[in-house]
Amino acid sequence: MLKIENLHASVEGKPILNGLSLEIPSGEVHAIMGPNGSGKSTLSYVLAGREGYEVTEGSATLDGHDLLAMEPEERAVAGMFLAFQGPVELPGVGNAAFLRTALNAIRRARGEGEMDAMQFLKMARARMKVLNMPEDMLKRNVNVGFSGGEKKRNEMLQLAMLTPRFAVLDETDSGLDIDALKMVADTVNSLRGPSFSALVITHYQRLLNHIVPDRVHVLQAGRIVRSGGPELAQELEASGYGAIQSAA
Amino acid sequence: MTAMGATGAAAFLGRFEGLRTRLPGARTPWVDALRERAAAAFRAQGLPTRRVEAWKYTDLAAVSQGVFGEPLTGLDDAMPLPPAEGAAGRAVFVDGRFRADLSSIDALPFAAASVAAELPLLEGRLGALAAVEEQPLAALNGMLFEDGLLVDVPAGVAGGVLELVSIATESDRAPAFHPRHLIRLGAGASLTVIETANGPAGARYLHNPVTEIELAAGARLSHGRLQMEGWEGINLSTIYARVAEGGIYDNFTLNAGARLARNEMHVALLGPKAAAHMNGVQLVADGQHADTTTALDHAAPDCASRQTYKTVLLGRSRGVFQGKILVRQVAQKTDGYQMNQALLLSPEAEIDSKPQLEIYADDVKCSHGATVGELDPEQLFFLRSRGIREAEARAILVEAFLTEAVDAVEDAHVRAALSRAVTGWWGRQGIKVA
Repeated sequence: MLKIENLHASVEGKPILNGLSLEIPSGEVHAIMGPNGSGKSTLSYVLAGREGYEVTEGSATLDGHDLLAMEPEERAVAGMFLAFQGPVELPGVGNAAFLRTALNAIRRARGEGEMDAMQFLKMARARMKVLNMPEDMLKRNVNVGFSGGEKKRNEMLQLAMLTPRFAVLDETDSGLDIDALKMVADTVNSLRGPSFSALVITHYQRLLNHIVPDRVHVLQAGRIVRSGGPELAQELEASGYGAIQSAA
Repeated sequence: MTAMGATGAAAFLGRFEGLRTRLPGARTPWVDALRERAAAAFRAQGLPTRRVEAWKYTDLAAVSQGVFGEPLTGLDDAMPLPPAEGAAGRAVFVDGRFRADLSSIDALPFAAASVAAELPLLEGRLGALAAVEEQPLAALNGMLFEDGLLVDVPAGVAGGVLELVSIATESDRAPAFHPRHLIRLGAGASLTVIETANGPAGARYLHNPVTEIELAAGARLSHGRLQMEGWEGINLSTIYARVAEGGIYDNFTLNAGARLARNEMHVALLGPKAAAHMNGVQLVADGQHADTTTALDHAAPDCASRQTYKTVLLGRSRGVFQGKILVRQVAQKTDGYQMNQALLLSPEAEIDSKPQLEIYADDVKCSHGATVGELDPEQLFFLRSRGIREAEARAILVEAFLTEAVDAVEDAHVRAALSRAVTGWWGRQGIKVA
């Protein structure tokens, strides 16, 4: 499904990713762990198509489609979803209107019928119930006045509504209490299946107790320096990144 | 210099000389005196240039160098207009002249009529507020006005919704018209006026209305104005409003049409606890110039004023906001707020913003602010990352920018009309927001 080969990327001329290769087959959830500055967020932004991230070498494909040649909205239509580390606020934009616009944009591009307001509300309410979100979050402006936890919940609602093929969670667990952490895990776990895969980027092993990954990769200085099963996360938690570095 | 072929102030003065005996109210001594006074004021001032402080950012060269003709009466066939939802009546003016055949003002719970028809009865009222010695366009209007809408809502009457429609016709004469509207609400009366100004896309014309508004104690006027003139039109509007104790003047103006538009308002709060809400949106596309200039006079204690203006600029366009708040010594406990914000969607667009506070009372709360910005790339990326095309994402963010000003409109009819107008304008731009 997702295939990254020898990816090099720079920000403002400074190389951040230095030959990163990674393959996530359909149906699998992988985790990337790594110290600050190792390139975790850069990887997520490069995949989502944010401006200012220059790919100098390598490739990234989703289901064989060249992600790097697409506009951000085309990537979303192709099935890419990024759960942001710091979700942006949109004063003046209602959450329900935003979600329905996004959902219908993707449905339209995929040749599916648009959802009317009633269908949409029914679906949103069902998803929100599962996520334990108060319904008034739909009426508020996107992320405006939301607590850190509410913003992450809202990201998970978008994930659950847009049902992408491939999701990147960029340190979604940072700053979350245990309940919110479980909610994030429940959302991802509920989507798990043969046609969904995800990349969970995290500092800590904590989230991976709830989303048990198929593979764990360690990112250091813009490259994957070690890969292993879920037990690798526990090893990192115990010994820290320094030990990995010397081992690599 | 003769009127034909002459330009600018000389042409308007020439026209006045030629028409003075035929203008409405001619040979009625007070009307003649009023026009003479306006003509003298206009002769003394001429059309303002950018050397005049109040016109520093708005160039009237298109008026002073243009050649304008007389509107022709009976030119057009009656045109179908969609009925307004919830409106009790409609007054239609074509090229500045009242058209009874297109209007319905007979079944209103108050008096509404053509100014031209009622002119003999308007001594001491018409011209009571317009400051012709200070505002040359009001002087021009006073010299040449032919018609306008007269509205009188008696004390205690809830007048409902009245539409005031101005239509410019397709004409190669480039007509100039100067309607004078008079709106008066008695004590405790209320009225919503939804005013629209339209014209054909390619027609050249000058629409120079002056509106005089008097609100007695406790009266409330919601005044929604949708300026959607044709692209080659010029709209120079001046409003004078006086609000007595406990009265509320609630104005919302959309400046979206015309190649050159000025929305100038002089509002005086004359009794305790009077209030003015003045909000507006300027949508300025390539080649357009839109100016909102407000002067708010706090002349009594315990009054509140709220102003929020938002300007969106596309292509090579220019926007202006000038807002003056005068708080007189007597106006203790004044609560004044003014905010104007501009969103520049093009590197070639320009906004000039001049807030001005003049405060002589010592116990007041007065704040003002101004911001100029572009669309936030992070917000744009977020929307696009959710599958929303760039053009649509831009439109969503621009609409969000306007929301605060639109939401400030309390009257549901005005808000609905405004939302439709904004959406329509947006559609005409083909969401070309780059």
